[in-house]
Amino acid sequence: MQQDSANIPFWRDIRILKILFQVLFIIGIILLALFLYTNMLQGLDDQETELSWDFLFSEAGFDIEEGTYSDPSEEENDSDPSDENLKGFWIGIVNTLRESIEFDPSDTNLKAFWIGIVNTLRVSIVGIFCATIIGFLFGIARLSSNWLISRIAAVYVEIFRNTPLLLQILFWYPLILVLPNVRESINFFDSIFINQRGVFLPSAEPAEGFNTWMWYLLSGIILAILVVIGFAVFRYLSRSRELQQTDRPSFVSNLIFSAKWTAAPIILIVPFLAWFLTPDAPLELSRPELQKFNFVGGIDLTPEFTALLIGLTVYTSAFIAEVVRAGIQSVVKGQREAARSVGLKESQVLRLVVIPQAIQVIVPPLTSQYLNLAKNSSLGIFIAFPDLFQIGKIIIGQTGQSVPTFAMIMTCYLIVSLTTSAFMNWYNRRITRFDSSS
Amino acid sequence: MEDNTLTQEIKPPDTSKGPVRWLRDNLFSTWYNTILTCLGLVFLFLFFKGFLTWVFTQANWRVIPANLQILMIGPFPIEQVWRIGIVFCTLLTLLGLSAGIWRGIVLQMAIAIVGVCLLLLLIPLDVVKEAENTSATLEFNLNIFYLIFIKRIWLLGGLVLLVGTFFIGRKKDGLKKWIIGGWILSFPWTMIMLHGFGENTISTTNWGGLLLTLLLAAVGIVACFPLGVLLALGRRSQLPAIRWVSTVYIETIRGVPLITILFMGSLLLPIFMPGDFQLDTVIRAMVALTLFSSAYMAENVRGGLQAVPSGQVEAAQAVGLSYSKTMIFIVLPQAIRAVIPAIVGQSIALLKDTSLVFIIGLIELMGIRKSILGNQDWTGLHAEVSIFIAVIYFVFSYSMSIVSQEIEEDLGVGNN
Amino acid sequence: MNENTTNDPIIICEDVHKWFDDFHVLKGITTTFKKGERAVICGPSGSGKSTFIRTINRLEEHQRGTIIVDGIELSNDLRNINLIRQEVGMVFQQFNLFPHLTNIKNITLGPIQVRKMSKKAAEEAALALLERMDIADQAYKYPSEVSGGQQQRVAIARALAMEPKIMLFDEPTSALDPEMISEVLDVMRELAHSGMTMLVVTHEMGFAREVADRVMFFDEGVVVEEAAPADFFDNPQHDRTKLFISQTLQH
Repeated sequence: MQQDSANIPFWRDIRILKILFQVLFIIGIILLALFLYTNMLQGLDDQETELSWDFLFSEAGFDIEEGTYSDPSEEENDSDPSDENLKGFWIGIVNTLRESIEFDPSDTNLKAFWIGIVNTLRVSIVGIFCATIIGFLFGIARLSSNWLISRIAAVYVEIFRNTPLLLQILFWYPLILVLPNVRESINFFDSIFINQRGVFLPSAEPAEGFNTWMWYLLSGIILAILVVIGFAVFRYLSRSRELQQTDRPSFVSNLIFSAKWTAAPIILIVPFLAWFLTPDAPLELSRPELQKFNFVGGIDLTPEFTALLIGLTVYTSAFIAEVVRAGIQSVVKGQREAARSVGLKESQVLRLVVIPQAIQVIVPPLTSQYLNLAKNSSLGIFIAFPDLFQIGKIIIGQTGQSVPTFAMIMTCYLIVSLTTSAFMNWYNRRITRFDSSS
Repeated sequence: MEDNTLTQEIKPPDTSKGPVRWLRDNLFSTWYNTILTCLGLVFLFLFFKGFLTWVFTQANWRVIPANLQILMIGPFPIEQVWRIGIVFCTLLTLLGLSAGIWRGIVLQMAIAIVGVCLLLLLIPLDVVKEAENTSATLEFNLNIFYLIFIKRIWLLGGLVLLVGTFFIGRKKDGLKKWIIGGWILSFPWTMIMLHGFGENTISTTNWGGLLLTLLLAAVGIVACFPLGVLLALGRRSQLPAIRWVSTVYIETIRGVPLITILFMGSLLLPIFMPGDFQLDTVIRAMVALTLFSSAYMAENVRGGLQAVPSGQVEAAQAVGLSYSKTMIFIVLPQAIRAVIPAIVGQSIALLKDTSLVFIIGLIELMGIRKSILGNQDWTGLHAEVSIFIAVIYFVFSYSMSIVSQEIEEDLGVGNN
Repeated sequence: MNENTTNDPIIICEDVHKWFDDFHVLKGITTTFKKGERAVICGPSGSGKSTFIRTINRLEEHQRGTIIVDGIELSNDLRNINLIRQEVGMVFQQFNLFPHLTNIKNITLGPIQVRKMSKKAAEEAALALLERMDIADQAYKYPSEVSGGQQQRVAIARALAMEPKIMLFDEPTSALDPEMISEVLDVMRELAHSGMTMLVVTHEMGFAREVADRVMFFDEGVVVEEAAPADFFDNPQHDRTKLFISQTLQH
């Protein structure tokens, strides 16, 4: 038997000390929280604001110019008459989605906040898309055997990586504002117009066949899911007979495997197949057209959005280029040689050996660059881009409810970043398991 | 530099065959490389044609020399510049001694700083400004002498001290403890010198420009260090309560943008602090930057802690060292050494991030930029000012990244 | 029995149990080591022999039973743990030298920080120990700059610098190249003759036969057999012991 713990004075007993230390620590934290809380109540009292969530449902009273969809039919110019004829479930969904980003000053603060979230997501997602493409291009260019190309890429990366993003955004923004005016827009094929009010792009609008097309699409996707699951079950059952208990891949990994081989082609093919099956065209092109004061129709990117997007894309692409370069370089030369000695062709070496391994190295830092881009989109506040943060700030200015609004802003960012890090943990576990099993 | 070695890895250049061979190997090796080279040349030609035309014909560069002083030190009273000079010389003296004693990394940093200083010394921006006011050539020459050497006496003095003390440091190994103490004291010393006391107090609202940018970055990275180390240890603690609190802190801070923290400092702090509590804006920004970067520092240090084998802790325990002594003497020195490149990377990020503090009303480089552009004489010159400021940031951040690359190589060699 | 062994017990283990989660590593070890005794512990890997000697200086915590070292019970008492770690020196398979400190600083760290010796006295003692280990000329080098055998001798010196009453060796020669094993064994032999109480986990059967007072054979968390080396090697009682000896001696 171990010595009776009663014989040890408690201030020397490790077990008790551990608990005591933690209890004291927690008490300290609670006291700090209490101190802040009472101060907050006092502080709010001094400012004559009351802590409540009611402000979310009161009228916003300010307008948001950015990222909100304004229904053309509500404005005086009668646009598409066919709009009236469009009916059906999916058209309804599209209209609901559009309504969800309609905004006018009589809407609530909560709605305004939602528009902010949408704007943040919009600029982040488009930014991530563009930054990935440009980043990969420059990352590969830096490794090019062509001296000139690799030098140009290196200069690009070093310049944009080593100067503050804010400075870059504030550099691009005025450049857009000195572009030609609306009448003298820079015109690409009568579809894309660039002027000091921003960038105007054509868009795809739902047309007659849209509803039918979406039903076909949905059935295609359900079919794809069924095929994936069926294939996975088949593979799981057949493999588990062959392999021993320890080597047997889990059902989830079977699912991933079969998703990779069956779902991707189905999802690529189904939309086109559905397009042919639909009698009327499901989508139609809407081009920006010059009206009295501005362009109407298509997608309209404001100067703020454009400047923020360029800034985020260029800055992040420089970092992504570095990530890609490091990833490819980490796939050691020896492995390429080994693969080549087995008799693989250069293109096969790249596809079968270098890229899969490089991707493994690239994904974690790439994800954190994506996260950085999303967080950096808050710099839009410096050029009055109405993102989550800017709208939060306006709401605070109007209602004085700084504490709840801040809590909401932080929660939004935290949801995104914690989900991402959860994904990263899952990914890293998967990769390490993959490594140890092979 | 490093890019040559990269291309070498894929295709070692044949240096013995002369320039024609080099051109063929590196620019025209295959038909698509030839096309790429041509496209690159066309792009470069168009870019430089446009850019250089703008630089030499359209841009109005007078805005830079006219505002050089305010860009460098903000509205700091010019007759009190000796304070900055003394701080500068103190720091360079310490750096020189440290470089002499420790060599390695410190020496590389010192060399980088010498480079930056020489650049500042030899680019006669203010000469241009003075040249416009003077007509007689003789006077002009004297002015150049005056401007380069007398007005930059502090810069020159600092450089001389740095190089001189380097050689002293090489001889005196016993100074180590004094120098570490000196570095610790240098921080309050800097604050006292810049702030002054009694009648000559200089309000922090007069701190600005590059001076404030560097000050904020330095404070952020130095002050976050102890907090970051504690958080990293906390996150790896065996005690669940401490582990959880550290993890929540780190993940929360890392999950939100810096602007949120800065705004909390300016909007929420007054609410959460007792009624009469007042905090200087500069101090507030420093606290916010410290709290922010400590979470990132914690993750860096944690990476280093994971790299220290558990046998090290066991050996230290077997010798009888307590937890804190094990950490201080055994684990942390190894952990931190392993993550120095990451810490330098974080310092670069923080230097760039200081640009955000102008949103809470500080006049560091970005704030100065705004106030220059707000001046009627210089409206519309945003590109000129932005490019100049970009060059300043670039010089600092690029030289730091070169130092970091060299450290990385050194560490790699040491591990083998 | 050698001339140094006394009858005073210095380590008393009674029914020591240890689990790693669900895995029962030590299943009730009861034994006593006498002052000046040299015990060699052997057994197949995973038998719990390393875990056992690691419980003696509390690198592993035992969950049931009693361990008394030099009259101090190992328990959750903070003071006792610190006292025992000063009494017990340990040498690891992987040396575990501190790579950022020179060899001499590796040795003086404990005496200066724990025993509160002056720097000068600690360095003199350390140099004397290095002299004894025959590597005085390596004092100011870093561990990475000397050979494995030399590193292990520095590690032994580091443990001895704390002037322990007991030395634990956890497979001290397993990580060494063959030509370096003998230089470490020589040092250990010399230490054995000086009268130090030693617990050695090792596969070096020659060393066991020559130096040990007692050989203990561990398997699956229990002491299967313990005997004087002559009896143990020439007349093993248990089948498992016989198998182990025949396998080990073949190598």
